[in-house]
Amino acid sequence: MRKKGSNTGTLLLLAALAIVLLLLPSVLPRFYTYILSLIFVTALLAMSLNMVVGHGGLFQFHHCVFYGVGAYAFALMITKAGLPMWLSFIAAPFASALAGLMIGWLCVRLTKLYFGMLQISLGSLIWAIAFRWYSLTHGDDGIHGIPMPDLISSTSAAYYFIFLFFVLCLLVMYLIFKSPFGMALQAMRDNPDRCAAVGINVRRHQLTAIVIATFFAGVAGVLFAVLERTVFPDLLFWVLSLEVLIMCLLGGWFTFAGPAIGAGITVALRTFVGIYTEYWTLVLGVLLIFLIFFLPEGVMGFIDQRVGSLGRKKVPGSQGV
Amino acid sequence: MLRVENLYKSFDGFMAVNGANLIVGQGQLVAVIGPNGAGKTTLFNLVTGQLRPDRGKVILNGEDIGTLPPHEVCRRGIARSFQIANIFHRLSVFKNVQVSVLSRQKKSNRFFARAHRMAVQETDRILESVGLLDRVDDIAGSLSHGDQRILEIAIALGTEPQLLILDEPTAGMSPEETTGTMALIRKLADTQGLTILFCEHDMDVVFNTAQSIMVMYYGKTIIQGKPEEIRRNTMVQEAYLGGEDDA
Repeated sequence: MRKKGSNTGTLLLLAALAIVLLLLPSVLPRFYTYILSLIFVTALLAMSLNMVVGHGGLFQFHHCVFYGVGAYAFALMITKAGLPMWLSFIAAPFASALAGLMIGWLCVRLTKLYFGMLQISLGSLIWAIAFRWYSLTHGDDGIHGIPMPDLISSTSAAYYFIFLFFVLCLLVMYLIFKSPFGMALQAMRDNPDRCAAVGINVRRHQLTAIVIATFFAGVAGVLFAVLERTVFPDLLFWVLSLEVLIMCLLGGWFTFAGPAIGAGITVALRTFVGIYTEYWTLVLGVLLIFLIFFLPEGVMGFIDQRVGSLGRKKVPGSQGV
Repeated sequence: MLRVENLYKSFDGFMAVNGANLIVGQGQLVAVIGPNGAGKTTLFNLVTGQLRPDRGKVILNGEDIGTLPPHEVCRRGIARSFQIANIFHRLSVFKNVQVSVLSRQKKSNRFFARAHRMAVQETDRILESVGLLDRVDDIAGSLSHGDQRILEIAIALGTEPQLLILDEPTAGMSPEETTGTMALIRKLADTQGLTILFCEHDMDVVFNTAQSIMVMYYGKTIIQGKPEEIRRNTMVQEAYLGGEDDA
């Protein structure tokens, strides 16, 4: 029979987490504040990808292109066009969404792996532009020293700024996840033919999801530029896209918050194992192997199952937090 | 209500549907029969837009729907089930039907509404009518094969169709499940005034249920008529029914 989920506990937990995260910069050394900011940025990127991959079932293999487009658009608007920072901040994610619309419009015509291959190709094209168009993007040098307003120029101020937008984006994404649109998207992942047969325009729905997801990837890109004041072509390179896919897998595709955990694990590994060896991906690889054997639903999927088996009936990943 | 006229469809030179004709009247229970590979499923796919016909017409209430994509066909009042249980495996039973109800209510594109409070009564009513109400929170993929087939009918009902097309609704079911499913189908036709078109291998089921039967053989319509006429027809006996007796 119908279950009643106890939301109060989850809400309290989230509130406590938010308070801890708000207090952290005053006790943590600057470096750790910076790493946490980076985790928020990466988590937002991973969650935006998961919206199309985990919830939508689309093989968006080259997602970080839109992250890069957002970061570059932001940097170029400030340094080349001389637009005010705040205006660029608002406008840049729309550049990502536009790129998402154009690439997505072509890709939704195909399915599964074909979608993925086309998406990689078109994405790599944009990477090539950023890499080669020296007069505009400074090629592999990237753009450095993007000026930031004093208000957000310190590490802890940037942290709060990023945290604020991270939480805002998460709220919006969560609402979408739980909305009829999000539910239809998840249904489409399970069975696109069935969706069409109940009267849903599958392609248009998928394209809308891609545009929304690429918009949030753009926000993540802009936040990255705010944090680093630098953009470079690696932001759009397929290796990063793969890394972000792994974050989703690590945290749990079918959950909402899982990819954020995956992002946290990956960034932490890169930072702390990276101190000892440049082959930190080796550790990530081994971790992945264990994960696939023991936690096929990802970390968050596993937590969902455990929490679910305590009080209620088994909670499916797709309904998780 | 539905009229199929001289429909043709070939795959790489193979004529899967080779001159099919079909009439489905309002409120009727119509069956399509024919040996394996006769083109029954292809015919259904042509009607519901999964495939586009090479030639011929599919006319629903006076409108040619032959070239429309599946979601447009659905919006004009045709819902279907598939031969292989086609459900949303990772979603709960409730959500499986809710997706369909929300789609009909044209709410699938709402971003900021709370889906779990929407269309609850309607979804429950449909699940009750097919007898799955006690499984609402179960994950659809965990249901038995028979229940998944029933769930698929429930999903189709969520779109409030005028015409329900069922592709072998009892395939892979035990005899008891078959009886139950056919009783359900008859009930739906009686109580909700649904027009139902189905295809089926089990001849007892067909002759007990259908008011009109269309026989297909190598993609071609041989005859459509009342069950008694079909039984008496010599061509059908030779081509299909009799063939089994001889073997």
